[in-house]
Parts: sequence; C-alpha cells; structure tokens
Amino acid sequence: MQKMAKTKNKLVTVTINGEQITVPAGTTILEAAKQAGFKIPTLCHHPDLKPRATCRLCLVEVKGQRRLQTACNTPVREGNEIITNSAEVREARKTILELILADHPQDCLKCSRNQNCELQKLADEYQIRENPFVVSAKNLPLEDSNPAIVRDMNKCVKCGRCVEVCQEIQQVGAINTANRSLAYGISTAFEEELADSTCTYCGQCVTVCPVGALKEKDDTARVWQALNNPELHVVVQTAPAVRVALGEEFGQKPGSITTGKMIAALKRLGFAKVFDTNFTADLTIIEESRELLKRLKDKGDLPLLTSCSPGWINFIEKMYPELLKHVSTCKSPQQMFGALAKTYYADKAQIPAEKIFVVSIMPCTAKKYECTRPEMKSSGYQDVDVVLTTRELAQMIKQSGLDFAALPEAEYDEPFGVSTGAATIFGATGGVMEAALRTVYETVAGKTLEDLDFKMVRGLDGIKEATVDLAGKKVKVAVANGLGNAKILLEMIKAGKCKYHFIEIMACPGGCIGGGGQPFGATKADKEKRLESLYAIDKKSKLRKSHENLAVTQVYDDFLRKTLDIYAHELLHTYYSDRKH
Amino acid sequence: MSKLMPLLSANFGQITPTSVEEYIGTGGFTGLRKALKMTPQEIIDEVKTAKLRGRGGAGYPTGAKWQQLYDIKHFPKYIVCNADEGEPGTFKDKLFLEKDPLRVIEGMTIAGYVFNAQEGYIYIRGEYAAQQKVFQEAVDQAVAAGYLGENILGTEFSYHIHVMTGAGAYICGENSALLNSLEGKVGRPRVKPPHLAEVGLFEQPTLVNNVESFANIPTIVQIGGEKYLSYGTAESGGTKLICLSGNIANPGVYEIPFGITLRDIIFDEELGGGPAGSKKVKFYHLGGQSGPCGFLPQLDTPYCYQALREKGLSVGSGAIVVLDESVCVIDYLLTVTQFFIHESCGKCTPCREGNKQIHVLLEKLSQGKATKADLQLLQRLSNLLPKTSFCGLGQAAATALSTCLKNLRSEFEAHLTGNCPAGVCFTKQESGEQ
Amino acid sequence: MKDFMNELRKEQVLKIIKEKGATKENLLTILLTIQEASGRNYVHREWAKWVAEELGLPLSKVYDVLTFYAMFSTKPRGKYVLEICHSAPCHVAKSAAVVQMFTEELGIKMGETTADNLFTLQYTSCVGACDIGPVVKIGEKVYGNLTRDKVAQIIQTYREGASCLN
Repeated sequence: MQKMAKTKNKLVTVTINGEQITVPAGTTILEAAKQAGFKIPTLCHHPDLKPRATCRLCLVEVKGQRRLQTACNTPVREGNEIITNSAEVREARKTILELILADHPQDCLKCSRNQNCELQKLADEYQIRENPFVVSAKNLPLEDSNPAIVRDMNKCVKCGRCVEVCQEIQQVGAINTANRSLAYGISTAFEEELADSTCTYCGQCVTVCPVGALKEKDDTARVWQALNNPELHVVVQTAPAVRVALGEEFGQKPGSITTGKMIAALKRLGFAKVFDTNFTADLTIIEESRELLKRLKDKGDLPLLTSCSPGWINFIEKMYPELLKHVSTCKSPQQMFGALAKTYYADKAQIPAEKIFVVSIMPCTAKKYECTRPEMKSSGYQDVDVVLTTRELAQMIKQSGLDFAALPEAEYDEPFGVSTGAATIFGATGGVMEAALRTVYETVAGKTLEDLDFKMVRGLDGIKEATVDLAGKKVKVAVANGLGNAKILLEMIKAGKCKYHFIEIMACPGGCIGGGGQPFGATKADKEKRLESLYAIDKKSKLRKSHENLAVTQVYDDFLRKTLDIYAHELLHTYYSDRKH
Repeated sequence: MSKLMPLLSANFGQITPTSVEEYIGTGGFTGLRKALKMTPQEIIDEVKTAKLRGRGGAGYPTGAKWQQLYDIKHFPKYIVCNADEGEPGTFKDKLFLEKDPLRVIEGMTIAGYVFNAQEGYIYIRGEYAAQQKVFQEAVDQAVAAGYLGENILGTEFSYHIHVMTGAGAYICGENSALLNSLEGKVGRPRVKPPHLAEVGLFEQPTLVNNVESFANIPTIVQIGGEKYLSYGTAESGGTKLICLSGNIANPGVYEIPFGITLRDIIFDEELGGGPAGSKKVKFYHLGGQSGPCGFLPQLDTPYCYQALREKGLSVGSGAIVVLDESVCVIDYLLTVTQFFIHESCGKCTPCREGNKQIHVLLEKLSQGKATKADLQLLQRLSNLLPKTSFCGLGQAAATALSTCLKNLRSEFEAHLTGNCPAGVCFTKQESGEQ
Repeated sequence: MKDFMNELRKEQVLKIIKEKGATKENLLTILLTIQEASGRNYVHREWAKWVAEELGLPLSKVYDVLTFYAMFSTKPRGKYVLEICHSAPCHVAKSAAVVQMFTEELGIKMGETTADNLFTLQYTSCVGACDIGPVVKIGEKVYGNLTRDKVAQIIQTYREGASCLN
C-alpha cells in the first residue's frame, strides 16, 4: 500500500504514436492514449470495473515487447514507445473480432441492442463484412421466465462485466463464470433460473452488458395494448430518476433535465393522466418518519431500514431474512401510488378501479418484479399493472415518431402532480435519508429547519454516515448504495455492532439514478451528472419538505383518515417473507 | 562416458521414499543443515552461480526469481511448489513425489529459510492422488524427525508444508492459476500486473517453483553453485530429467547432463534407443504439448536452453515425444489442439475461439476438404495466438502448429490434394471417437 | 429435488467439511472427498449448497469450481470411472484402439455409464504415465500397456471387487 502511494505521485513520460505525453505512474495505456487523443477499441473493459483483459481487442504494440499488450490493464512505463494502430495491431484486432463474431448470432436486426451494441459498433469500425471463420450458431435456451430480466446466452461475448457487478459490486452472487474452454460462459449455479437463484433483479448486469445478452423483459407491447383499449383509463407515474436520464436516449448530455418534455411525450403517447411518483415519495416520508419516531420512542427494532428499493428488498429477503424486522413496513412510493390510484383516485375521478390501468416508468428492473408480488393487491386489483424502464419509455417515444427535443414542456396532472424537492432526491443515494431528516427534524424539534442540505449523506461514496441532533437526541444515520455496501451494514447489525438508528439502502450504486433500467453506457461520471441535476431540481423547488406537500395532507384528510385504519395501513404498508436461498 | 547423470534421481527406487533415516543415509538433509548456517543471500548467490533455470517449462533463471522476492520487504511470504505436472509426455515430477519426496521437502524448506517464510504449499495435481499420500507421509515423517515444523534442527526457524490437491486442470500449471486454485478458487489465470512475487498467494509475496527446481536446491547448497554448474553447459547448469515417450524403444525418465545432443537422447542405447518399431523417426515434440516440434536436421543440437532456443526449440518441461513415419502431422496436431481445447480456461478470445477454429481447419485438412485459403487462415491463427493470448497456455497452444507448418509444409499441402503421406487420413472410418 | 441424496446425508457432508477444515482454500479437497464418498462419483446440488453455506461462498462460485475442474461431475456416474487418456503420447500408442476395447467390453459409448451403475467411460488428459501408454486410470490406479486381454481382466477385477463389497 505504501509503495502504491509512493508511485502515485510519480510522473511517467511515454510516446504514443509518436506523441509525447506525461501521465501519473500507474496510468494504463488505454487511459494515457485517451489523454493523447487516441481511442483504443475495447469490449470487455468498463471504466467503472476492474480490468479483466480477456477480449484482447485493446492490444497495442509496445516497443521491445515480443507480444502485443492489452491497453486496458497495462500501466505505462517510463520511456514506453507505444503504437496503437500499426498494421499488425489492426490485423490482430480484426482477427479477434472475426473470432468473436464467428461465435455470435448474425441476426442483428432481431436484437434489442441493434444500433446500440458495442460489438456491432466495433464490427462496423473494422469493416467486417465476410467472416473467414466457420460461424457456429449456438442454440441455448432463452431465459424469460421471470418478470424482470431476460437472459440470452447465445449473444453473450463472455466479457464478464455482469459477473463483476453481480459478484464483486453487488455481492449477490447470482451469476458467475462457469465451465471452461468452449463451454465457458456465464451461468447461475447449476443453471437454475434467476428466480431460483439469489438474483435480486437489480439489473446492474443489464446496464453493463455490451450486447443483447442481458436485457429487461420488454413490456412495451402490453402498454401499447392498454393504450389502444378504449375501455381502459391508462394512467402513468414517473419515478424521480427517470427525468434526469431519459434525455440520454435522445442524444442529450447526461443529467439533462427533461421533466416537461417527458410529460408531454407521455401525454402524446395517449396516457389519460401523467402523475408523479414524487407525490407518493412525499407520502412515504410521512409514513416512514412516523415509523422511525415510533420505533425510537418505543425502543422498537433499530436500526430502521428503508424499503423503497425493491432490489434491496429482494436481497434482504433472500440473504438476510433474519433481519427483516428492521425493514420499514412502508411500501415503496411506486406501490403506494398504485394502491392509491385504484382507490383514492378511482373514487375521485369516478372511474371503476378495474378500468384503471396503472403504468410506472421506473429507472429499475426490480420494480417489474415488485409490482407482481402477490401482496401488492391492496386495492383489490394488481395495484400497478406494468412497469417500464427508462429505456423502454424511450423506445416507445421513438416508435411513436415524436421528436423529443422539439416537444413542449408539459406539467403533471392532479391529484398526484404536486411534490416537493425532498421527493425528487429520492432518486439519489442519500435522498430518502435527507428527505426523512427534513421532516423528522421539524416534527421532533417543532421548529423550522434552517439548513435543508444534509451534505454528509450526499454523493457516490458507498457508505455515508451522519449524526443528527433532534432536539437534544443524537440520532445516528447511515446510507448505503450498492448491495455490497448494504451487506457490510447488515453484517454489522447481525454482529450486534451497529450503532445506527436509521439506515437508507439503495440496491444500485448511486441510487435510482444508477438503476438497472437506466440508459446504457453510463459511467460513474455520467451518474454524477444525473445526481447533480436531482439536487438542482430540489434546490429550485418551492416546497422542499415532504410534510409541506398539501396535496398529501389532503389525501390523509379526504381519504386515509376516513377509511378504516387497518385498510389505510394496508394501502401504504406491506410485509416481507423469508425467501432464504 | 555415460550420458546418464543421476545427480538428483540417485535415490529413485533405492530407498523407502518416506523414510527420513534412509534419506539421511544417502546424504539427505546435509543441504538443509548447511543452509541453516549460511545467510539467505549466500544461498541465493549459490543458486545464481549454479545457473539453475526453472524446470517447470518457462526456464526462468531461478536465482533471479529468488533475488526479486528476497528484495521485497513485505511479510509474510509464501513458498509454493508447483506439482501440477500436466504437460502430456511429462512424468518426472511424479517420480520425485513418489520416490524421493524428502528431497523436494528439503528444497522447499531451504527456500522457506531463505525467504523467512513460515508456510509452504505444494499443489499436487488431482490425478496424482496416490503421490499426494506418499508426499503427506513424507511431510509427517520429516516433522517427526525435526526437519520440518517448529524450530527446525533446534534453530529459531519454523516452517510447515501443506499438501494441497488440484482437481483436473492443466491450466493450473500456470502459476497465477495455480495460486487461485490453492485458494480454493477456479484456476483461471490472474490479470498481471501485479506480479506474483509481489501479490501472490493470499495476496502476499510468493515464490512459485517447480518440483524439480526445488529438488535441485539441496544439491546446489551441498556441492556449491560452481560445482553444480560444471555438470551442465556454461549457461545451463546441472542436469535435467527428461521424459521419453511416443514411438521410442525405451520410454521413461532419464537424468542427463545438459549438453548432450538430441540425437544422443533419442538414439543412444542407454537412453531412448531409437524408434520403437521399424519406422524411421519423423519428428519429435519437445517440452510438452505447448512446446515446439523438432525435425531431423535439428537432431545434432545440444540439449540445453541456449542451443535449443537458437534453433527455435526448447527444453520446456523436459518431455520428448518421438513420432515416427506412421504418424500423420495433421492427425497429430488434431490431438494437440483437442488437448488445448479441453484445457483452455476459456476466458480469452484468441485461446477459446482460436483453438476452436484451428481444430475446424485441421479437420478440414484431415478430410481433404481444405483449400489454400484455409492453410493461410491456419497460418494467420498460428501467428495470432502467441501474440495476443492472455496467458502462457494460449500463447503456446499454436507452437507445435507453427513449427510443423514451417518444417512439414509439404505434408499439409499434400492433404489439400487428398493425399496423406502417412496413410492415416482419408482411410479412417467415421467412428464415434471425439 | 426428490432425486437427490440417497447417497449422502447432511451430517456426512458436514463431517467431511469439518475434517478437511471449513475454509475457502479447502473447497477442492472437500468436494473431491464428497464426490468419492457419494459412491457415484458426483456432487449433488444440495451437497454443494451445504458446502457453500459452511464456507461462506455463493453457490455460483462452488458451481464454477465444479464445472471448471475435469475431475468433478454434477451428474451421477458409475462407481468406477474409467478414464482413458487421449493426449498425444497415448494417442500415438493407439489409445483409440483401447477406447474400442472398453466400449465393446462394457457395451457403452464414451461418456456413458453401464446399466448397473458400476462403470463410466470417459476421456482424460495426460495422467503422467506416458511411458506405459496407452493407459486407463481408475481412481488412484493407472493401468498401462493395455491389450484386449488386460482390458477384460481389469473390468473383471473391478466387477468382482464390487460384488465382494455387496
């Protein structure tokens, strides 16, 4: 470690294609070449993941070395003369691409990643038209038996990125490398289906897949069908993280705020009402704050763990069921919304619940599973009918021929249109915590919170912590994003060494902005931009505390308090099951 | 003068392998006793003077490897003995394990002393289950006799050896794959850097040497590097255990001094004794499946690292598979390629997909369906694999193919026109054999 | 899941794990011992799961190991696995003929198990007995310089051995 720290400050000068460049020691050839303005093709490499150096496409010549070197993992050394595009290098890369393609389906047109595929792009760059090698088609079964993720291993290029996220980052361990040689590939244990594995449907594997081997279950057809059904009143809710990512699908910069255009697009697609999940996010804060205060007061099970992230819920149900009593009973905002849409809204709009079709636009693949959970039927119907990812919404917008950039700005519909900045930041890791603290503080302290920004819980660090003074009582809170980080906190609780009172956990690194349903190709830097935009929206909001959302208060006054307590509770709360793997 | 030189193999078959007493009776443990009175640097210097090179296959100078690890001041360090002898045609480490395990233990213990290591591991391939038992017994005996374990020979030095098993994977002979396997993981090679000397077993600085390399250490310490060097050539110190198999009259393991010729090895009555049957020698495969093939004009090359390298040949593991004129080069290379297809870990493209396509092309040749373009493609792949593969396995998988393409070109070309000079192809009935 | 574990109970598996040491680096030897103890030369998913739990590993990592190393099988095999070497030295020594002898003698193809679950035939890479090729490996034993008579004799010996045990 000491040694590494020492070399970090050192600088190294190398030439790349004749251009001299000085970079810090330890910089990879890939990174140095990028800084010098040379792009080196990669396939297995992902900037946020450890290099695996297995596809062998990023090979370059280093003078004095007998073999070509992989740029993705080889650090530059003082005096290196590197050539990134010699005839030999191009020939090697082309042959390797041909070899990969000889083991890959040739039917790009049928693939969900057509025109958005890293392999296809490379094949095009290297002008691979005829393959000199024998192309062998595999005939592996497609796995599409769960509601969230589809695996088509025929298309897998064995880059291993998905394994890295599943095993190392998320520590879910559902998929792994298996077998060797020709049979080498990615598999669950004993080839079981994802549903029977430890898979949480977080979809992080999907977001890093360079090709069409992993994707979400395509539910757009079901939505089109509903929209075309005159009998149905189709409403849609959009999660906070979608609005700062959707633009990427239309060539906009990461973090572009597209709320107005997104609403306009949804209206043009034919949704009767466009609602905001933020509304029920505010509601969640009211309910969850109460729960926290009650547990603090009654010395209930602490720490209290948040429950909005369905991938996280799957994780604790499958891996740590003994800790389920710590999880808040609050439904996620999407499910609270579904329950209210088919009860409160149905009453208000005078539409029979069975005619209401609820669609959610989520940054998430696990939400697709969440809405199918048998307990999510408190309205008497499946509360949310279909969940689409950000990517699927983009697909629908493209299909309908809308010019996204040219759309006007529209606004959310009532009664679920009003929300606070606190709800918006649900989409960022730490956001739920911050929103809860704003409300809990004012509830307990009985005075106005001056500085609303709890900066200690913001940002992409895996685990963040803070101590908040609530009218003399010090409350310790922590925030984890990414299931690997969640695991660290859970182990602490298990060992009885957890000092926290309240913990927010999001399954995906970065929180929902980094969700499994978000646009492909996002790096950590892109996620940072999405994050910033959510906080920018919060900053500009007139209302920034959930308990100030009067529309939410109205739901309590008009509806929840008038129904039986037990029913109101059922609409907003849920229970969990031991699903130990 | 005899071309045999039983410097390391003298005990084979002569003593009870696990008997410390009998081992001492033949001069065993004098190396260790001497070593414990030397400084680690003095021992490393002797190994350097001896010009011992790694006997596993890569032939890296052992002294240099030891110095690199010695210079790393980070502890604990681990000693690992690579007993994953999997190169087809190689069966000499097996003899050390079952016929003179205490010599290997002594070598590993000296290494432990040099690097101030407390733990040594020997990774023995799963197929050598019987040898694992013998070795474990030898370890237990050595501990009981005070040559291993706590306070060895009454000194401050304590050192333990753990016998670990493989489970059937040639790739685990690659050192980083071996370390993964030792850790109970899948034996796929690691990304380098970091190098194993720095980040090895359990992420600690680690020495990995082959069985035969360790077996040399007691002798080098005992007789001194200079004397040891004198048994071989100026650049290749000492002796080498070679393994003869294939179409040869006297298959087996022989310990020879470096410097005798390939012709001596294959034809000398004391050694190979020439081809087994009436057919003439056509070529020979050196150093295992990953090594190059040698041909008749190269027979007078002295068997040592430098001379072989100049001719595009290599010592490798010490295997020498002799092939006579009944062998078809295409059929032989198909077997070699099948081996690499079976043993590739599968993670990198050139090795996984390249070997598959090499096999496709060789099969086309063996069926008389290949074209000139196929031959070019074969050449292209044989150039690609060594330059682009992730690890030594893939880099070496096409070595035999390359050397045969170069030296037996006419036999490849004959197959283009449906002619197999050895009479092996085109006559075979389609059988269920894979 | 009804098909499993006639061979090994959970206590037996846990005992093996305890004997070998419940640490990650012992995974290979634990699985090999379980496989041997099964009498059918395989590791069932449930046994692997117990191992995974005891060692604190995801099952998918145990599965990777089981499918990577050639000596493991996740499907039941015969009591005796006859492994015929088909690496180059044995190939040159006509291992193909030996394959034919065994398949004829046992009436099964390579990769198959006899109806009485006694024998499974499969290929192996080099077992380090190239001086006596062609060879077959059965458990820890290697038989070399095989001829038709020897092959018949080997099979006979194992058959008798098995019937003695029963």
